[in-house]
Amino acid sequence: MHSFRFSAEPLPPEAEAARASVRAFLDAERAAGHFVPHRTSWTTFDAAFSRRAGAAGLIGLTLPEAYGGHGRSGLVRFVVTEEMLAAGAPCGAHWIADRQSGPQIHRHGTEAAKRAILPRICRGECAFGIGMSEPNSGSDLAAVRTRAVRDGDGWVINGSKIWTTNAHQVDYLLALVRTGEPGPDRHGGLTQFIVDMAAPGVTVRPILDLSGHHEFNEVFFTDYRVADAMRVGAEGAGWGLVTEELAFERSGPDRFLSDYRLLVELVDRIGPEPDRFQAVETGRMVAQLTALLGMSASVARLLDQGVVPGVEAALVKDVGNGFERAVPEIARRLVPVEPSLTAQGDAFREALGGVTLRAPSFTLRGGTREVLRGVIARGLGLR
Amino acid sequence: MDHAAEAGDPVDGIVLDQVERLLAQHLTPALLAACDGAAGATARAADLWPADLWTALAESGLPLALVPEAEGGIGLAATTAARLIRRCGRAALPLPLPETVAGAALWAATGGQVAEDALSLVPGGGPVRIAPHAEGFVLDGRVAQVPWGGSVAALLLDAVDAAGIPHLVRIAAPGTLRDTHHNLAGEPRDTLDLTGCIVPAADVRAAPGWAAGAGAPSVESVGAWVRAQQMVGALETCLGSALAHAQERQQFGRPLAKFQAIQHMLAEAAGHVAAATAAADLAAACWGDPRFVLATAIAKARCGEAAGHVAAIGHQIHGAMGFTQEHPLHRATRRLWSWRDEFGSDALWQERIGRAVCAGGGAALWPMLVRLRGGAG
Ligand SMILES: Cc1cc2nc3c(=O)[nH]c(=O)nc-3n(C[C@H](O)[C@H](O)[C@H](O)COP(=O)(O)OP(=O)(O)OC[C@H]3O[C@@H](n4cnc5c(N)ncnc54)[C@H](O)[C@@H]3O)c2cc1C
Repeated sequence: MHSFRFSAEPLPPEAEAARASVRAFLDAERAAGHFVPHRTSWTTFDAAFSRRAGAAGLIGLTLPEAYGGHGRSGLVRFVVTEEMLAAGAPCGAHWIADRQSGPQIHRHGTEAAKRAILPRICRGECAFGIGMSEPNSGSDLAAVRTRAVRDGDGWVINGSKIWTTNAHQVDYLLALVRTGEPGPDRHGGLTQFIVDMAAPGVTVRPILDLSGHHEFNEVFFTDYRVADAMRVGAEGAGWGLVTEELAFERSGPDRFLSDYRLLVELVDRIGPEPDRFQAVETGRMVAQLTALLGMSASVARLLDQGVVPGVEAALVKDVGNGFERAVPEIARRLVPVEPSLTAQGDAFREALGGVTLRAPSFTLRGGTREVLRGVIARGLGLR
Repeated sequence: MDHAAEAGDPVDGIVLDQVERLLAQHLTPALLAACDGAAGATARAADLWPADLWTALAESGLPLALVPEAEGGIGLAATTAARLIRRCGRAALPLPLPETVAGAALWAATGGQVAEDALSLVPGGGPVRIAPHAEGFVLDGRVAQVPWGGSVAALLLDAVDAAGIPHLVRIAAPGTLRDTHHNLAGEPRDTLDLTGCIVPAADVRAAPGWAAGAGAPSVESVGAWVRAQQMVGALETCLGSALAHAQERQQFGRPLAKFQAIQHMLAEAAGHVAAATAAADLAAACWGDPRFVLATAIAKARCGEAAGHVAAIGHQIHGAMGFTQEHPLHRATRRLWSWRDEFGSDALWQERIGRAVCAGGGAALWPMLVRLRGGAG
């Protein structure tokens, strides 16, 4: 029969011990007016916040000290990330580098890349984007067509990427490009490169999302030159690498805590004496959230042990995104208000408006539910 | 799925293996069919009470599995006892071993004397009152939906005294059996009139000191804890059966498992099973500590929600074959549909969680979630 590698052990004491310091940092940030919880989220790009988080030792926790990191366990990092999410902190300028690009470069990058980039990531001074999707390659990542061709001691890249979150603000992209033939399983011939967004040959076109917000972009490479030292992993090994990276991308609490602030606003808006409908639905959401927190913590434990729990990560994301999508739908049934992005002073209406317009992306970004269900089905032995 | 080898303590592993063996040996299809009151069964096991099986379980000391060794039990970790109960749920064991395991441990925790006899837990509902009496206390009240209430040697129930103070009460000689109903799975759920029942003072006790005040464990919450763990077992059975069927059954020239619609249904079911298990694991880990009642509420609510989805998907994938009594699927699904509503429906527990959360306010929610998982909120 199938078996999932979840467990219910509490987080280790050294991870729990980190909680107090991250809370102290966040309290100070809020008190200084550096962010307003329900108006920001983990995707909100705020370079100054990330620099302060870096200075406070909250970024690059799992990276070795030799590269400016803190040599801590993934579970310490887990506690820091969930506290950031619960606080609604604007982590967009360091989230991707901290969550996946930095660890990926550390595992598979060249020494030169590690020395040049990891210390800056740890200081919160170096933002990364994910260059996977292309106009004709969304769910079907193996269809990537942007191509890198060897040229002397480097490579020349031509093509484009799309939906690249914060491409207009990041320093680097970790891009998946074609360097060879796909082969019979279509997974061959892909390689990851670190793309310097400031170098010539890269242009960015903004794409506005449903709320009119500029977060993602299209990125074009025209004879863009990259040194071989910026290749991450062996030539043609890209598929295995992105699969590993996606386990980090999919299993974290960011996959179900995107609207956590809306839940908080909802509880406050309902007040201490809910009617039965409000109590039941609030309790239902909290029960779902508690289960997800347990699942996510146990995936973090597996990742920390060097296991790549692709299926468990997909389960966290699929169940988690289902929860995230449901929160605004439930909230509007419990408290009848008209959502608005500009209801200054009405935190609940604003949070509801913001989340309603963002929610469709939850089950798309990082892999659609349909694709995740395929991954889960494979894990169940069905394909 | 969990295997005995995963249990940290070797004794725990031995006990789980023993349960597995006993269940495999005794739970023949004929016995299970009789217990479910299935068509063609000669007699209802509800009336039968598979005594040989109970004797075998009792001889292995299993009724006191969760009672500490110092008090005559096996002293299993609560997380292992939860696994034992899941196995009973997985196998559709037609006996109240799960109720007995948890009830005996609860009773031992109050300082009460425990025995290996079958014990049942009385669900919440109408209040049973107790009043002082020359020989101890006298009861007043009627209880309904008591699992195997007509067959067990003793009952545990929540009762209140004249001042409204809650107590846990053990009744060694249950009152008059008024009525036997069966849940959707054919398990007996009895109504008993306890009025006039006299219990010695030693059998009326305060809830154990796991948590002060409103968070104190009640018989109702321990029953909910048991049903949540049993539901995990039945969810595993249901999903496992659907997976196996999807791989065996061919339509349009290929196994059902190859159709994307089927894969997605099964993936969705797997998500519910994983989430329900995570919630039940948490409740198992919280046995005996101040988080017990809240963690149990969450587990009962989450498992209850999963039950409906997973049972529906299980039946859809099995097609008409699964809609018969010839196929064993119904043993899991009829129990899921019953257990989710026993000892408080998911909605009842959700309501309690919601009231607690709203009373605390938004800012208190995150620290509460962190404390639940064992951290310092
Ligand atoms: C807010 C946001 C931020 C993003 N950020 C980034 C980023 O930083 N970097 C990056 O690389 N990408 C990013 N993405 C892109 C994201 O990864 C893709 O949107 C996603 O992989 C889906 O691809 P698509 O949009 O091309 O949809 P398609 O692949 O065209 O899918 C459309 C629909 O068809 C379904 N579908 C497709 N194939 C199948 C199949 N085999 N079976 C069943 N259904 C199928 C999908 O599930 C979906 O419902 C972002 C997306 C969003 C919304």
